[in-house]
Amino acid sequence: MINKNYPSERLKPEAAASLKSYWRKNLLLMGVLLLVWAFAGLGCGIIFADTLNQYNLPGTGYPLGFWFAHQGAIIIFVLIILIYALAMNRLDRVHHEELTALSRKGGAK
Amino acid sequence: MSVQIYTYLFVGLTFALYLGIAWWARVADTKSFYVAGRGVPAAANGMATAADWMSAASYISMAGLVATMGYSGGVYLMGWTGGFVLLSLLLAPYLRKFGHFTVPDFVGDRFATRTLAGIETPNMMQRITGNPARLVAVICALFASFTYVAGQMRGVGVVFSRFLEVEVNVGVVIGMVIVFIYATLGGMKGITWTQVAQYWVLITAFLVPAIAISIKLTDTFLPQAGLGAQLADQSVYFFDKLNQIQKDLGFGSYTDTFVGKWDKVNVFLVALTLMVGTAGLPHVIVRFYTVKSPRAARWSGFWALFFIALLYLTAPAIAGFARYYMLETLNGEKKENLPSWYKSWETTGLVLWFDDGDNSLEYTADPKENEIFNKGKLSESELLTLTREHQEWVSSQGAEGKDARPHLVGLGLSGPDKDIIVLATPEMAELSSWIIAFVAAGGLAAALSTASGLLLVISSSVAHDLYFRVINPKADEKKRLLVGRGVIGLAVVVAGIFGIYPPGFVSEVVAFAFGLAAASFFPVIVLGIFSKRVGTVPAIFGMLAGLGFTLFYILGTVYFGMEKWTFGLTDHGVSPQGIGAVGMLVNFAVTLILTPFTKPPTDEIRAMVDSVREPEGLSPAVVVENAPEH
Repeated sequence: MINKNYPSERLKPEAAASLKSYWRKNLLLMGVLLLVWAFAGLGCGIIFADTLNQYNLPGTGYPLGFWFAHQGAIIIFVLIILIYALAMNRLDRVHHEELTALSRKGGAK
Repeated sequence: MSVQIYTYLFVGLTFALYLGIAWWARVADTKSFYVAGRGVPAAANGMATAADWMSAASYISMAGLVATMGYSGGVYLMGWTGGFVLLSLLLAPYLRKFGHFTVPDFVGDRFATRTLAGIETPNMMQRITGNPARLVAVICALFASFTYVAGQMRGVGVVFSRFLEVEVNVGVVIGMVIVFIYATLGGMKGITWTQVAQYWVLITAFLVPAIAISIKLTDTFLPQAGLGAQLADQSVYFFDKLNQIQKDLGFGSYTDTFVGKWDKVNVFLVALTLMVGTAGLPHVIVRFYTVKSPRAARWSGFWALFFIALLYLTAPAIAGFARYYMLETLNGEKKENLPSWYKSWETTGLVLWFDDGDNSLEYTADPKENEIFNKGKLSESELLTLTREHQEWVSSQGAEGKDARPHLVGLGLSGPDKDIIVLATPEMAELSSWIIAFVAAGGLAAALSTASGLLLVISSSVAHDLYFRVINPKADEKKRLLVGRGVIGLAVVVAGIFGIYPPGFVSEVVAFAFGLAAASFFPVIVLGIFSKRVGTVPAIFGMLAGLGFTLFYILGTVYFGMEKWTFGLTDHGVSPQGIGAVGMLVNFAVTLILTPFTKPPTDEIRAMVDSVREPEGLSPAVVVENAPEH
């Protein structure tokens, strides 16, 4: 049964290719940001914390590993989501326009 | 004015505000009742999510935990915030695009079986057996929400009893009545806007004392910076001073990593479990259904963590400062000179001094010398007997009576109760009485907002997923709304009864709810979105394996004296709090290994996954009433 609500069933190859590249870009962005997530939190905050603790955050009394576990990781987490929302909403818009243009040319029914 | 009058004033004003919002936001349709009509702006949803997420435990207990754990307290700070990254990147926008009302809805539709497709009008038995994934998901959601909400109701009662001087049970009943009114009246819409108000009450109440103390101790306005700054009257960094005091008293350095049973492997696993578990908790996920679009869902994820970070970045500052005050102002004091905060909290039994006879207080890590304790689960009469015998022992210089200290050490009750840190810090720093009263209103806001969010999940799981989707799919709008309100009412009563007669397991299970959510929900939703190949059978076996493994380990180690497993990585054995991360891996492994041997999902389901993944605005979100097979 073909459900017209679902675009993959009604798309011509160009539109399908555009969607595929959209999804690939999304996965790449997500992968990079999740690596940063793991590096800041699980890495600097835990795995390397004892090494980093030998140094202080410049200009403060914070041991660096401790700072990552209690402050730094959280700040980086907030920034990761901000970057994701900005980049992804832009990607959404660009591909939406691309697909509308394709359908106007007769790329999709 | 006294603290008491201020407290009544603030609590009365905030409650009037919540009820006013509830009246303004009353609703008449299921869409408003379950998902607030999907019209909540992203920033407001972020505030509501933050209030929903930050429970009485976050508000009252977390800073206390961090104060006693030092560096390792970071597992809670990182774990409970890091989960929002996973939630915002991996789940929220896709679930919003999917566009139903609940988490079991997604699991049930994505992992529906083929058998139902051929039947024109399935009967109830067929609907149950035809979609086992939905049923498993409903049970998981109910289990996680009920254990969590019982703890919240108890928290409401405890905060009331401390600040309004009523019985804990009376406090629970007052909390029940308030939640009952605004949850049944306004559903998700009422809850959302009340939570926005509650967020501001709780964050202001948390920040004001932290800023005041930071200025007092370090001359720095921002508590987060104050923690890393130098002490105001001395040219020494706050941390160096705190570490020195800690070491002098035998506690070990505050900032040192990996002390005792918190070795690297356990810190890692507990943090990871809390992160993944956060992303799998149903009452947080449903908040993302209430915004306009996937675009708004992404923004809402950012705002949620931003508003949570305001509190989570302040908690370590309160923790460090409170630790410092506690060690500095108590040690070596005579009875006459004890600070006033000590005296007002002594009456609650959360901090107790059993002197060794020299009339000089000692608070150290050495169990033979330490004189500071808390009453823990001791009853009033047990405590009275202990105090009387100890008094005799002191005044007769050991000839009569009994030393209470070894007995308390044996019960593991050394040191003040962790919960007094946030509540007593304003008094420690001798701040004005209105700030102290404001903190009480904040604590109530934190407990009430989480309780109402959880009650809505319970109501929608029963009224939408069980009643409408399984038992009576022909129910009309009015009837479904009635059932939804009825279930919330019933859930409030059940949660209240749990709060009045707390079953022993509640406090422990709340921590484990994260492990169970991590091992069951998270992998199944992620694979449902990111794989078009994973079908029903592997998903169900994966959930059962992850859940079974985690539950087995937790029950075994906590209740049946099973040896902790080390996996060859740690001498201390993996803490039951951290086993959820391993359970999650088991779930992923079982699902992915079984997948090649089972049938792929139907074309319809693959098309649904496609539509969830594509850019917004291209195809509309699935409308539950018109979706296939309903």
